[in-house]
Amino acid sequence: MEEKTHIIIKLFASLTRFTPDSADKYPISSGTSIRAIINRLGISEDKAKLIFINGIKGELDSTLKGGERIGIFPPVGGG
Amino acid sequence: MTLDIELQNKIRALSNRKELPDKTPYTSISVNNIGKISRKSGVSCREVEVTSLEAEIIPERYVRNMKSFSPSDQATLLRSRASIVGLGGLGGAVTEILARLGIGTLNLIDGDVFEESNLNRQYLCRESLISTPKADAAAKRVEEINSSVTVIHHLKYLNEDNASGIIENSDVVIDCLDSLSGRFILEKASKKAGYRLVSAAVAGNYGQITTIFPEDPGLRLIYGDADKAPDKGAETSLGALSHTVSLIAALECSEAIKILLKNGSLLRNRLLVVDLADNSFETMQLI
Repeated sequence: MEEKTHIIIKLFASLTRFTPDSADKYPISSGTSIRAIINRLGISEDKAKLIFINGIKGELDSTLKGGERIGIFPPVGGG
Repeated sequence: MTLDIELQNKIRALSNRKELPDKTPYTSISVNNIGKISRKSGVSCREVEVTSLEAEIIPERYVRNMKSFSPSDQATLLRSRASIVGLGGLGGAVTEILARLGIGTLNLIDGDVFEESNLNRQYLCRESLISTPKADAAAKRVEEINSSVTVIHHLKYLNEDNASGIIENSDVVIDCLDSLSGRFILEKASKKAGYRLVSAAVAGNYGQITTIFPEDPGLRLIYGDADKAPDKGAETSLGALSHTVSLIAALECSEAIKILLKNGSLLRNRLLVVDLADNSFETMQLI
């Protein structure tokens, strides 16, 4: 059975506008994938190529237990 | 060897004893006297400075480096060659910093000319230089700051065909480009030649930086595979700010110096991400 839990979400650069009000205590069910979260936030998958879970690179299909800190980045190339 | 001793004697004759603000004594030689010795002896200012440092005589222009760099470190920097690829926001600031630090050869690469929209952040861009080549401005700026630095400049964009030749003989390569495709071309050429690469990118309040050795997976960990990556990123909607660009350029120089001096901890397989909106600096593990 899926357990209700929370994560901390930080969105970077052009993705900050998708930051939910509850970013510091974002509700999820344990086992939720990053892909499901970004779809829920309205972020297109090609804009969320770089994902970190507790500071370590993750993938769209990585799943969360709850309590994690996730960072999502768009491609950035300016110089 | 005799020449070295002769040169050292000339340097000694024109040096003088001084003290740092904390009373540490040192022997100094001025920019003017280095120039004089260079002209009289027919050796470059850079060689005069290296010989001077070998004799523990500190060129006055580097004296504030002295507590962080030994004379031998400073001589290593003077013998080093850095390629700065892209001379816009990041590259302009990197050029300025590395010239002041005394990197002996700067290889400067950009085929672009200045536009008015560069004035908000690109140190090399001035109102009088609009429509003129960035690489010319960079070369001139280095000469004005540090006459001991040898400048090689290319008014060319890097591409698959010219990349290897343009960055030849680099001790460190610094990616200051503004496209993802250019970054992948530079990474490929650097890896092939066995060079160490520092790569950074900015958009708005955000910046990121990593260091890539030839054997490291590198940019694909950040952008995905080269053939599927977009050419531009978030900067197309967010632009670039002077203070963000300057900060990230300074971090690139810090990595480059550590690479050249083979000390300190590098951002290999890690990405330092900076968000100035909330002052967050975090080093992420890419593998």
